[in-house]
Amino acid sequence: MRLNLTVATRDGTEFVRRVEAESGQKVADCYQCGKCTAGCPVTFAMDLMPHQVVRLLQLGLGDEILESKTIWLCSTCATCTTRCPRNIDLARLMDTLRSTARSAGRTKAGKGIAQFNEVFLDSVRRYGRAHELGIGLRYNLKTGKLFKDSDLARGWFLRGRLKVAVPKIRGVAEIDRIFNEIKRMEGGK
Amino acid sequence: MRYSYYSGCSLHATAREFDLSTRAVCRRLGIELAEIPDWNCCGATAAHSTSHLLGVALAARNLALAGEQGLDVLVPCAACYQRLAVARKEMDQNSELWKRVVRITGRDYTDRVGIKSLLEVLAGLDSEQLAAQVVRPLEGLKVACYYGCLLVRPPAVTGFDDPEHPRTMDRLVRLAGAESVDWDYKTECCGAAQGVSNEPVALKLARDILEVASRAGADCLVCACPLCQSNLDARQGHVNRAYGTSLKLPVMYFTQLLGLAFGFDERELGLDTLFVDPRPVIRALG
Repeated sequence: MRLNLTVATRDGTEFVRRVEAESGQKVADCYQCGKCTAGCPVTFAMDLMPHQVVRLLQLGLGDEILESKTIWLCSTCATCTTRCPRNIDLARLMDTLRSTARSAGRTKAGKGIAQFNEVFLDSVRRYGRAHELGIGLRYNLKTGKLFKDSDLARGWFLRGRLKVAVPKIRGVAEIDRIFNEIKRMEGGK
Repeated sequence: MRYSYYSGCSLHATAREFDLSTRAVCRRLGIELAEIPDWNCCGATAAHSTSHLLGVALAARNLALAGEQGLDVLVPCAACYQRLAVARKEMDQNSELWKRVVRITGRDYTDRVGIKSLLEVLAGLDSEQLAAQVVRPLEGLKVACYYGCLLVRPPAVTGFDDPEHPRTMDRLVRLAGAESVDWDYKTECCGAAQGVSNEPVALKLARDILEVASRAGADCLVCACPLCQSNLDARQGHVNRAYGTSLKLPVMYFTQLLGLAFGFDERELGLDTLFVDPRPVIRALG
């Protein structure tokens, strides 16, 4: 991997400061043992190994991280968090990196996953609940894969496990308020 | 024993048999479940991946509602359980966060309630109380207990069982008269929501789990999470298609297995609505 360390010293410090503040993790604590990578179930699909993400943070190289598939492939299983000998909550760090990438509009490397999150939260905001059928349909429309999982939907439907009616809660205005307040506090989208 | 019941969204739809079997087993054990009135979605991975504050606030509204009930919360779904437990822990430890969340939700969260997974509650009962309900011991049934990620990890949040080698579900399975097999993938991740958003990754993880369980001699697998169940059961056909395998391993909720041992019939527990039909394996026991 070729790294431009000049960029790192110029813009990196501010990026790392923000990531550390938001995640509550100190990246300097990591001594690069690689235990997170050894236990991670998704490394087979990742472009950066989890310990490399932390190393890049130590070097202040945010761009490489925000453009990587790794932050989106992390499924938050917390095996890394559980095993880290330096008590770094890497799963939490990945959360922060995902939300940072999203606010910066840099979701290209994890497009499908970012779109799924959006559709899911839209359901929560409208109804206060996750309406599985609606989420599946809207996700398929959004990604253009119209028939994805249609066999499963049919199977669930035949088994009486697909709820067609929308489960709207009474306090849906409260949920909308939560989304609005957070948008106001955090700015952006 | 009485709990606030947080069923979560899936238990009202694709995981309705988890709800059915949870209610059946709890009723039999004298555990009363009072559903949290007007509960909302915990936010799941989508919320905490988007904004940490959103993840905590969505969970916190439920905690405030449970606080009004004044009961500890029992949560069957591993993922919902963890979202509520994380929110509670973080607000307890960080009064600034707590104040912000109260402002955001407009609900005072002062009556702090405990958060327990269904597995933790059932595993906390004494063996005799459980064994007394077993009218149909599932002798000869070999079961792989699959805990997945969020019931036991991270231990700083869950504080329950061993994060690397959990045993509580195995004990329940043995109390039901079945045999719990020793296997290595008890806590490996199933890929979670990537089943929908990035299926190849989830199929690889599901294949590994199913194959390791089969190789360990399991007749079936039991789990405690709707997303795990769906990735391993409903998507098992997709796994077979993608990998040319011919896996046919029934994947039940651990409450369905307990319910069978307690004498409930297959339909009461929703055993007729799974993708890989577990009934042939069960009926072969006689």
